[in-house]
Amino acid sequence: MCLAVPARIVSLEADDQAVIDAGGIRKRVSIALVEGVVPGDYVIVHVGYALARLDPDAAAETLAAMAAAGLEPGELV
Amino acid sequence: MKYVDEFRDRELGRGLAAAIAREAVPGRRYQFMEFCGGHTHAISRYGVADLLPANVRMIHGPGCPVCVLPIGRIDLAIGLALERNVILCSYGDTMRVPASNGRSLLRAKAEGGDIRMVYSAADALRIARENPAREVVFLAIGFETTTPPTALVIREAQATGVGNFSVLSNHVLTPAAIVNILQSPEVRTLGTVPLDGFVGPAHVSSIIGTRPYEFFAEEFRKPVVIAGFEPLDVMQAILMLVRQVNEGRAEVENQFHRVVDRAGNQKAQALVAEVFELRREFEWRGLGTVPYSALAIRATFAAHDAERRFELQYQPVPDNKACDCGAILRGLKRPTDCRLFGGACTPETPMGSCMVSSEGACAAHYSYGRFRDRPQAPLAAEMA
Ligand code: SF4
Repeated sequence: MCLAVPARIVSLEADDQAVIDAGGIRKRVSIALVEGVVPGDYVIVHVGYALARLDPDAAAETLAAMAAAGLEPGELV
Repeated sequence: MKYVDEFRDRELGRGLAAAIAREAVPGRRYQFMEFCGGHTHAISRYGVADLLPANVRMIHGPGCPVCVLPIGRIDLAIGLALERNVILCSYGDTMRVPASNGRSLLRAKAEGGDIRMVYSAADALRIARENPAREVVFLAIGFETTTPPTALVIREAQATGVGNFSVLSNHVLTPAAIVNILQSPEVRTLGTVPLDGFVGPAHVSSIIGTRPYEFFAEEFRKPVVIAGFEPLDVMQAILMLVRQVNEGRAEVENQFHRVVDRAGNQKAQALVAEVFELRREFEWRGLGTVPYSALAIRATFAAHDAERRFELQYQPVPDNKACDCGAILRGLKRPTDCRLFGGACTPETPMGSCMVSSEGACAAHYSYGRFRDRPQAPLAAEMA
């Protein structure tokens, strides 16, 4: 039910619709709930609607923090 | 898939597990509730619990919208389909939820009800447009993530004059349920399951933001970490919670800042406020009646409110007495404590709400729990 996936906006269509690519699967979804998305943006898609934008810089930060947490104390460079 | 696979990486998972083991103080207790079914599912599927030290325990919360839908509400939907001859549209997840007299939407469909599975609320509105001579009702369920799409279609039905379309709203609110768990008499008086912190919802929070959790971090002195739905997100959130407990902090932290911010999606919030208002109370399967925990359609959209349009009267129906979902959802019992678990009650023949959807505590435990006994944690296989 709560399944929602990150997807890339491929193109914007009429009536607040957009074509998205989620792991190679293309689909038409509504972007009526998010403001100002453009092709190339990543969004979270749920029940046919884009709910929020995904920030690639923040994702990279999170992965870096995860990697840092895994190091033994003193191992940090 | 980008932004999914990276967050299932085995090496990073090992590192996070090592960090949790290093920082969790032996002899100290860390009991965290993951509110969302999405987290319950990730924890069970990727064997996250196996990677945690014995004194760090995860408790499955009630955040599965299918599981908390009470029998009486499904009975209303079945009544509409069988007695009022409407076309009833529903998300696939609700089809098998057990209702009164051994029924479910699926059974009612077999009995001749015109019940159709839809992928989105927009599909339900389209069906109404295609069938102008029929009444079409959308059985709307879900937390804050599915409410904005429902609000959109109600507004569109009104604006474009789709007079045969209405919605049976069962939308519920996350913060109200968390407060209910913290204040429940069992947790307060018995004190059996003191909760030391919460893993907060991922996508729900993308809509409501992190601000609503600040109240109970302060009021109840419980740390909250908003986390994404991938296994590494959950593990990092657990590490952040361990640190808060160690440092005596009770703050709202945001592990999922790649999607969630403090204010949330204001466009969606405004839309929901325009179409919906608070119900004074709503019954949750497993939790009972929770004040101000659900949304009803505003009078301005009364023509599209199935409860008004068909003058529906809600009749509460008690759950199977042997079902322990209520205690499980509050962390007082584990699925295996229920004597129906795995015998009379399985995902194919659910007796109670937590066995209905793969996000429910009992179903998640049933589907993935047997991996627990293996020496190799499923993490290796699943995260590869
Ligand atoms: S196993 Fe079935 S009957 Fe027992 S608590 Fe879980 S859902 Fe309820």
